[in-house]
Amino acid sequence: MSEIASVTALNGARYDGIVEVAEMPLQGMITLRGKLGAAPVKNAAIGIGGVDMPDDGMISVQGDRAIAWMSPDELLIFCAYDEVGVALTAMERTLDGSFAMAVDVSDARAMFRLEGAAVRDVLAKLTPADMSVQGCPPGRMRRTRLAQVAAAIWLTGETTAHIVCFRSVAPYVFGLLSTAAQPGSDVGYY
Amino acid sequence: MLILTCPYCGVAADETELTPGGEAHLTREAPGSDDAAFEAYLFQRENPKGVHFERWRHSYGCGKWFHAARCTQTLQVYGTYPAQTSAPPQAICDKISGARPGWSWRLFG
Repeated sequence: MSEIASVTALNGARYDGIVEVAEMPLQGMITLRGKLGAAPVKNAAIGIGGVDMPDDGMISVQGDRAIAWMSPDELLIFCAYDEVGVALTAMERTLDGSFAMAVDVSDARAMFRLEGAAVRDVLAKLTPADMSVQGCPPGRMRRTRLAQVAAAIWLTGETTAHIVCFRSVAPYVFGLLSTAAQPGSDVGYY
Repeated sequence: MLILTCPYCGVAADETELTPGGEAHLTREAPGSDDAAFEAYLFQRENPKGVHFERWRHSYGCGKWFHAARCTQTLQVYGTYPAQTSAPPQAICDKISGARPGWSWRLFG
């Protein structure tokens, strides 16, 4: 049996337009569901995410680690791709006996980064979410849709946006973002 | 276009991020109920021009079901509230009374 190396959905596809669209390298992602106020759940999340617990609707980021608040009973924890196995074992130990579940979803997701001054405009073409500075300040985790598929969007600055979507729709989302970022299509609203 | 604020995650979600779930506060008629009551539970729905209570699911977000009180005529949204209740909260009823005195909807009003 030979080891099959993991690859991203689009092999790191890139597009340069009014913003730069780039598929991100493999990223470890763990979904943690449970009562977010419970100590074992918090400890399991912080132990792997390495950042503070985010407030409701927010994401705490530090380098390639993060904890994102996905719903009142769900967190998405980001860590290095090859650490996920070890991380899950550690989390299961911390969660032992509590009503919570941690699952590796790294290979079920694709991640994109948008870079450029027009990121809010580009995203606003595709989502009904309020992409204004007040509606989506950096650090806010907004689960919404991009055209016809579910996605989660957050900004880490005024010129950088990140997107997580299902891996099965990665080519569709990359196509959407590339089309919305075509040269000459700047809206200049935000 | 309808914008409803999800009571669980606080997101002001567009109608297209939500899945409609039909009328709110239905009582499921259990086994042993008479045919007329079961038929009413299955088929008979309100279709008001005015105050209405609906179920919605924040399907492109946190995935939770919630209730919304709104006016089908003016599209005014009186409020949203969690689904774990069999009657609208008093604060929302008061708000509806302010906008539409004398309103009634099934058992409420």
